This record gives sequence, structure tokens and C-alpha cells, in this order.
Amino acid sequence: MPQIELAGKIYEVDEDGFLQELDKWNEEFAQAYAHTEDIEGPLTEEHWKIINYLRDYFAKFGIAPMVRKVCKDNGIDMKKLYELFPTGPAKGACKLAGLSKPTGCV
Amino acid sequence: MANSETPLLDELEKGKWPSFVKDLKQAAGKNPMARDLIHQLELSYKDRIGHWKHGGIVGVKGYGSGVIGRYSDRPDLFPNVQAFHTMRVNHPTGWFYKTDTLRKLCDIWDKHGSGLTNMHGSTGDAILLGTTTDHLQSCYDDLSNAGFDLGGSGSALRTPSACVGPARCEWACIDSLDLCYNLTMTYQDQMHRPMFPYKFKIKISACANDCVAAIARSDLSVIGTWKDDIQVDQKEVLAYASSINIQKEVCDLCPTRCMEWNGKELKIYDEDCTRCMHCINLMPKALRPGKERGASILVGGKAPIVRGALLSWVIVPFIKLEPPYDELKNLIERIQDWWDENAKSRERLGELIQRLGMRVFLKAVDLPAVPQMVKAPRTNPYVFFWPEDLKKEVK
Ligand code: SF4
Ligand code: SF4
Repeated sequence: MPQIELAGKIYEVDEDGFLQELDKWNEEFAQAYAHTEDIEGPLTEEHWKIINYLRDYFAKFGIAPMVRKVCKDNGIDMKKLYELFPTGPAKGACKLAGLSKPTGCV
Repeated sequence: MANSETPLLDELEKGKWPSFVKDLKQAAGKNPMARDLIHQLELSYKDRIGHWKHGGIVGVKGYGSGVIGRYSDRPDLFPNVQAFHTMRVNHPTGWFYKTDTLRKLCDIWDKHGSGLTNMHGSTGDAILLGTTTDHLQSCYDDLSNAGFDLGGSGSALRTPSACVGPARCEWACIDSLDLCYNLTMTYQDQMHRPMFPYKFKIKISACANDCVAAIARSDLSVIGTWKDDIQVDQKEVLAYASSINIQKEVCDLCPTRCMEWNGKELKIYDEDCTRCMHCINLMPKALRPGKERGASILVGGKAPIVRGALLSWVIVPFIKLEPPYDELKNLIERIQDWWDENAKSRERLGELIQRLGMRVFLKAVDLPAVPQMVKAPRTNPYVFFWPEDLKKEVK
């Protein structure tokens, strides 16, 4: 299992870099990891809103929400979502939020 | 004979037809990824189980689709395919390439990946098989500089595809190439940034011969057709009489039996013709599609995955198709909105229509039920009544 070191702590991740031990997530993890998803500088309030939303949804339902739902519930469109997370909601946002990997279809 | 390392795969080299095993072996001569791929596949055949892990999320900047992550579950045995991601490249409409374009594509793939390609995947894309995560962005950059773009994957609009249509084919009733290109450009966002409950495929065939198998494979199929009468040249019909049995091969096999042949003249009752192309295919010199041309729109086709296969069915019997295709785009967007709003995760359009009913679908996308909307020809018109319609009748 690959490991990464962020802000002085070691985390286990899978080959795509998704956090394996979900309870190890913390805000420093998200911040220190952000640059690998092409986000420059500190995470903004808008980023946190999405990250917290994803975490809440995941805690409640055990899966990541559909993208349309993310946009609707947060009052943003796809363009904005990609502006915030240039590598996309599934890869970028879920990874920073410490969700287990969404099972994508080919 | 020396013992082969791949006895099971070798079976697939026998016979006189092309063999992907032969191709793989050839590629293995120059690329270690291809070498490990063969051996992993042999092991998969032996163990009767695929040795790819399920899923993988990788991508390039700004895109939520176009790259599919793949990892071996035996990287200990096959280190060169530990990561073996697929890139989907939007094909040129109608699959017309110049040879130097193909060379360019292959050169880029030799530089960044296994060199193996699948031309083309069932969606239509040029599929580049096998690269590592650290090559993705640079490969994409090279592709992009050479004028290529990625296609759709995941829960997105998949790359639209079309038959060669008017470029090569006399039967084309619509400009399938132009329409395909136009839709592809219009819906870039839907392709590159997955936002739907599941995949959505659009395929366009310029006549009912349906060379891209749109009806069997796409959520929205556009099939070229005509509205007026088949054009008949009786002299040419007569000429065919000496080479084929017109009664048996043409008239008797017409699905609606709407033709009569008296040995001298062919009579077509066009009001009963379903525009299936059978007679035209058999006597191309004598018969041609009518002059008033457009397309039928069908929805709901899909291959089996969760539930069984569906063929798409007609919802618009005839629509004129001319740029900028606003009427069609408008309809596509109404359909997608309804699907997006109502579907469960991973539910295709056809499955949703089956679950909620054609009546609800037609009302939601604002299409009137007409007799030509048929599931089986001439038997099953989509005429439904709402409770309020029944009340009206009673008065
Ligand atoms: S679908 Fe019809 S128009 Fe298109 S290539 Fe085939 S025969 Fe020709
Ligand atoms: S197109 Fe098909 S249905 Fe129409 S006349 Fe020819 S064979 Fe019959």
C-alpha cells in the first residue's frame, strides 16, 4: 500500500492517491494535498463548502453524491465546480474530502 | 516444438482470420508493457478471472472523462502493467484519417504508452491502451498540440458517432457527418465533464441500413429517412428481372408486403412502406429513397449490463435536419433534463422509460403520441390516456 507524507504525518493511500483510512482525515490533510490536484494556494471558503458537503453526504449515505446533486445543493454550476477543482469532482474534490474512491464506470 | 509460455492464447492465433494475439506478440517485441500484458492475459485465461482491479480514477486537467484508470492486481508478477490506463481519443467524424494523422497518433502513443491501440472502441473513439499515471498529462498535451481531443467516458455524453453517410454513400438521407460534428462541438461540456446519472450515447445513421448500429447501441439514435415516395425507375426494375427473382427476393421479403410485381412493372404502396431500405438495397439502380428527406429520432437503445439489451424505439417519425439543428438539440436537451432529474444512479434512458412508462416520458418531453411511433411495426401505437382525457370523453 503506498504511503504519502503530508504536513508531517504519514497516510495510507491507494494507487490513485485516495485515502485508505477514512477516519484519519483532517483539514491539514486536505490543505497539504490540494496542490496535487492543481489547486494553488490555500483552500478558500468555497472549497471548504464543497469538501464539507461531500463529507456530510458520505457520512449519511455511504456513497459520493451524483455530480448534479453537488451542483444543485451548493448552488453552483459545472464550470464553477471545475474552476474550484480543476481535476474534476470525482478525482479532485472527493480525494481532498477523504472519501473512498468513487467506483467509476469505463 | 518448444513449450510456449502462452499455450492458451496461442489457440487464438489459429485459423486464417486476424488475431489480436499475433498483434500483441508483435508489439511485445518492442514494448515491455505489451509483453507483461500478454502474460497477464494468459494467467487470466488460466485462472478464469480478469486480473485488472476494479476501477481507477485518473485524469488530465480540466477533464472529468476521457481517461480510464486500470491497475493490475498482480503487479508482483507483471510490474510493467502495474498501471495500464486507457485514453480515449475523439475520432474524426466518419473515421476518415489521412495516413500522416494516423502516424502522428501512433508516434505519440509509442512515446507515452504501450503502443497498443484499439481502432476503434464501440463508442467510436480511437482507444489508446496502456500508459502510466505520470504520462497522462504530457500525453494529453502532445495529443492536443497535434489537434486531437479526448472523447467521453464514465457518466458523460459519449463521443457521438455517425456512418460515413454522404461522403461515400448514395443512400444517405441526411448529412450524418455534419450533424455528428455539430453535436460534438455543441456538447463539449457534457462530454468532458460527466454530469449525468450514467452514460448517454448519440449515434447517427444516414439511412435505415444503420451502419453504426445506432438502434442497438445508442440512447438517442438518428436514422435518415424520407417522407414522400420511393423513386422508381421501371426500366431498371425490368433489367433486374433477369438477374434476381423480384417476387421472391424483393416483394415477398418486404416487411409490410407493400409491393406488387406483375413481371413488367413494380407497384409500391408507399403509404404502407416503413422505409426499411430492403428493396433499395437489392435494386439500387432502380429504386432510390424519396426526395423529401430527414430523419427519424429513436430513444432507449442499450447493450445489456445491469438489465437486458434494448433496441431503441421511434419517438419522432420525421424531422427535417438542417444546420444549426436547433429543433433536434432542443429535443435532446428536454430528454436529458427529464432523465437527469428522474433517473437513479446508473440507470440508462431506456430503463427509466420502462420504469416510469412511455406515457410519462412523452408528456415530460412534450411530444404528442402519433400512430407512427411504433414498437413493433403497425401493431403498437403509443397512444395513452390520462385520467383527465377520459373525463373529457365522458362529457
Ligand atoms: S447507414 Fe445508410 S447512408 Fe449510412 S453508410 Fe450505411 S447504407 Fe450508407
Ligand atoms: S423500403 Fe422496405 S417497407 Fe418500403 S417498400 Fe421497400 S422493402 Fe417494403
